[in-house]
Amino acid sequence: MSETGIGAAVRRKEDQRFLTGNGNYTDDINVFGQTYAAFVRSPHAHAKINGINTSAAAAADGVVAVLTGEELAADGVGPLICGWNIAGKNGVEAHNSPVHHALAMGKVNYVGDHVALVVAETQGQADSAAEMVEVDYEELPAVVGTGSALNHTTTIHEEAPANMCYDWEIGDSAATDAAFASAAHVTTVEVVNNRLIPNAMEPRACLAQYNQGTGDWTLHVTSQNPHVHRLVMSAFNGVAPEHKLRVIAPDVGGGFGSKIFIYAEEVVCTWATRKVGRPIKWTAKRSESFLSDAHGRDHVSKAELALDADGKFLALRVNTKANLGAYLSTFASAVPTYMYATLLAGTYTTPAIYCDVQGVFTNTAPVDAYRGAGRPEATYLLERTVETAAREMNIDPAEIRRRNFIQPDAFPYQTPVVHQYDIGDYGASLEKACEMADVGGFAARRSDSESRGKRRGLGYSSYIEACGIAPSAAVGALGGGVGLWESADIRFNATGSVTVMTGTHNHGQGHETAFAQVVSDKLGVPIENIEVVEGDTDKGPFGMGTYGSRSIAVGGSAIVKAADKIIEKGKKIAAHCLEAAEDDIEYDGGNFTVAGTDKVMNIAEIAFTAYVPHNYPEGVEPGLHEQAFYDPLNFSFPAGVHICEVEVDPTTGETEIVNYTAVDDFGTIINPMIVEGQVHGGIGQGVGQAMLEGANYDDNGQLVTGSYMDYTMPRADNLPNFNVGTTSTPSPLNPLGVKGAGEAGAIASPPAVINAITDACGGAMIDMPATQEKVWLACQAAE
Amino acid sequence: MYGFDYHRPGSVADATSALGGADDGKYLAGGQTLLATMKQRLAAPSDLVDLGGIADLKGISVSGGTVTIGATTTHAEVAASADVQGAIPSLAALAGDIGDRQVRNAGTIGGSLANNDPAADYPAAILALGATVTTNKREIAADDFIKGLFETALEEDEIITSVSFPAPTSGAYMKFKQPASRFALVGVYVAKTADGVRVAVTGATSHAHRGPRLEAALNENFSASAVDGVEIPVDHMNVDIHAGAEYRANLVKVMAKRAVEACG
Repeated sequence: MSETGIGAAVRRKEDQRFLTGNGNYTDDINVFGQTYAAFVRSPHAHAKINGINTSAAAAADGVVAVLTGEELAADGVGPLICGWNIAGKNGVEAHNSPVHHALAMGKVNYVGDHVALVVAETQGQADSAAEMVEVDYEELPAVVGTGSALNHTTTIHEEAPANMCYDWEIGDSAATDAAFASAAHVTTVEVVNNRLIPNAMEPRACLAQYNQGTGDWTLHVTSQNPHVHRLVMSAFNGVAPEHKLRVIAPDVGGGFGSKIFIYAEEVVCTWATRKVGRPIKWTAKRSESFLSDAHGRDHVSKAELALDADGKFLALRVNTKANLGAYLSTFASAVPTYMYATLLAGTYTTPAIYCDVQGVFTNTAPVDAYRGAGRPEATYLLERTVETAAREMNIDPAEIRRRNFIQPDAFPYQTPVVHQYDIGDYGASLEKACEMADVGGFAARRSDSESRGKRRGLGYSSYIEACGIAPSAAVGALGGGVGLWESADIRFNATGSVTVMTGTHNHGQGHETAFAQVVSDKLGVPIENIEVVEGDTDKGPFGMGTYGSRSIAVGGSAIVKAADKIIEKGKKIAAHCLEAAEDDIEYDGGNFTVAGTDKVMNIAEIAFTAYVPHNYPEGVEPGLHEQAFYDPLNFSFPAGVHICEVEVDPTTGETEIVNYTAVDDFGTIINPMIVEGQVHGGIGQGVGQAMLEGANYDDNGQLVTGSYMDYTMPRADNLPNFNVGTTSTPSPLNPLGVKGAGEAGAIASPPAVINAITDACGGAMIDMPATQEKVWLACQAAE
Repeated sequence: MYGFDYHRPGSVADATSALGGADDGKYLAGGQTLLATMKQRLAAPSDLVDLGGIADLKGISVSGGTVTIGATTTHAEVAASADVQGAIPSLAALAGDIGDRQVRNAGTIGGSLANNDPAADYPAAILALGATVTTNKREIAADDFIKGLFETALEEDEIITSVSFPAPTSGAYMKFKQPASRFALVGVYVAKTADGVRVAVTGATSHAHRGPRLEAALNENFSASAVDGVEIPVDHMNVDIHAGAEYRANLVKVMAKRAVEACG
């Protein structure tokens, strides 16, 4: 391993600019003639609009334009779309997908819904004029609760009777029922997966410009996938032809899924910039982020696990109600179905699984993918259920998992719910985690806590996730409207430095460093001579973006493929220059050598020769610039075991995580420092979900947790010093053996934390977030 | 934020006349509530009269067992003051745990008391320590100063100039923080004073208040176990997404016990 190659803990190249305040975020960019946007948003969760009077606003100081949905529709701008159709039970071919106007047409369906756009010379003028837009609302009853939305007396969309988007199922119902009939024990658990608000550090923003000379649009936008933004905005919204629209996602300050989606704001501003003839800047205020970023999770589920007398799992039956919010966001429909129920086998050999999911509409913000996207919901449900079964049957929670793990010799392993796992060794992670967490010493530590009037608990989570999203044909077969391949373009410059362009996007993952390490490793170029370029549709090749822990498994594989093409061409050039047969050229670490001789050319010399081809092989094109597209063969399956230990003060419910151990199998690791950081951040978010965070709408659909005064983000003092380790079974299905690491912490940690807290508090269920009050109440009940 | 006219007078007299000349003016101290409210367009004063330029309102002095703190002294200055740490360490500790570093470097004692947030810390301090609030017009005993939810004895143009705290024999403030805002979900200040034990509770109800039941029990027997027998009424407790009435009442007791133990 070189100091900068695969496996090296190289410091992140991008941190220099981030830590010195030199990042270049969308809101940092200002252009000549720029105007400012303010969106008029619905103050009601559900209301008819009987009229909009824009005349006072239009006459206000500095106002350039006030635009409504009528004008948007008149110009033929299409509604926002959902890109994944979910076919339902009983042969229903399509889910109910109500029209989602980018600016409301006659009705608003959640607090924060977009009603009108005000464009003005300054932000203050736009904000003031937005308050002067008179909207005649006729309030309607609001549908709020996930569990009570179906068959509510109020129907939100005509296109969705009973507020149902879909009634979907997976697995073998008859086999599951039969297994339950013969079970020695059945564990039943009802769980709520609490609704989360993404809270990226950088709020969403866009800057839309139209060039009247060329007829081109340029859109700077906070996006995890600028090419997808361009595709959807051209093909479906029709705001600009694809070849005339340049989408740039510059530095982006966190996404966690919330910046995958194509939102009303960027569509409306891109349309409006041409209409008003001025560039338009919009940056969300934090309160707008709370109201209108796509939220995450929000499931209400019942799980039943059938076991034999030895604690072996026989079958799992699950029903889930998933809140999709007021409209379908870009990938909303897939999250509680194919991203969720396909993971319900977990790391276990459960032979029969059946799950049905009702996706419901409510008068709340749209819900879509959030770090983990479906997989945290599956893991939480499964691991709460397994832990509960262990308690009910008096089996050690580690032992019940051991008895049910898929064994290392069973791969490839076909689960009953779509996925075929490629490789893994779940027992190895469990044993290592138990050792690192000193599970053997827990009883003594618990006694010590109790002697101080405290309670102590230990909780496990054995998780698996499907990353490296995803083989395009499989996505299409399941209703997805996109291919989820990735692209890479490696361009050698004549001086031997390299520009690497990929279709993924770096918004905290460290791509500029990790991808450079891969290229450095493969091509022998010093890492400081490699520039990774992402996020501009005019620069790099079309690519699908960053989410679902896919960038290294899919994008990294595309880079390797492109590097292989470089090496292949380099061999031809070397053979010619070194007067040898191509088959005699050996390549290693940037050097092309004639086998058995000391005749060698390094890759910089090859590059120079390729661009100055005076002495050059016949029939070979000049230049050293290769491109590759990679469509993965399967998902990748990171897995591991996390163990959380807590101490609880029963007099107040104060809960301290006193030890947290994470053992993850990510296969090959490119940069262990970046991966460890990803694990830390993911656990931080998972602890946030488990103990602190929760979006709360009141019965009228008003967001109670609309600011940091009430929405509790995890902070440093909520988190312990993490005890992080790895095991490794490299994926046989991609050239790097990688699996992806971005979401694991957020997937694994919530059940580990809740299993530990409930263990401390007598075993009864505590719903997330396990606030101090809930923990106190549980301790009271246990005493 | 809406537009407003800004004034920075150099004296209390100039400040009152600036406010008198304004349509709908507001005094500005540290601005930790007012500016945030204005940024959200929830307040639209025509004029802000910034008290930060009035030298007379700043500073800390100790004399005859009484600590006097100028109204525009920041929380950070109170926390770092050797005088306050020496005379009333529990007050320095309280100031040092208000909000975060940014808040403590801007927020002031006068601003906090004039705003009288139901979950603020200083209202508990003046009640427990039997402080006197001095204004440009009069002296107001702490027990007469706190009137209700965001309501004080201050008149429209009245300016707090300083607050005087008699040093207790011992005292401690225990705060259980609301997890999101980190304001006091419940805070209890217990002080042994010349007049006996004084207990003040903040965060629990619409405004900071004395705890007569706790005071009676602790005057009888100053020990944590004495708190166990006290019944804390739940009727007036705040109820919100962070805590119900029973939980807040429980926290009043637990914080009171911790404060008694910390008093030694």
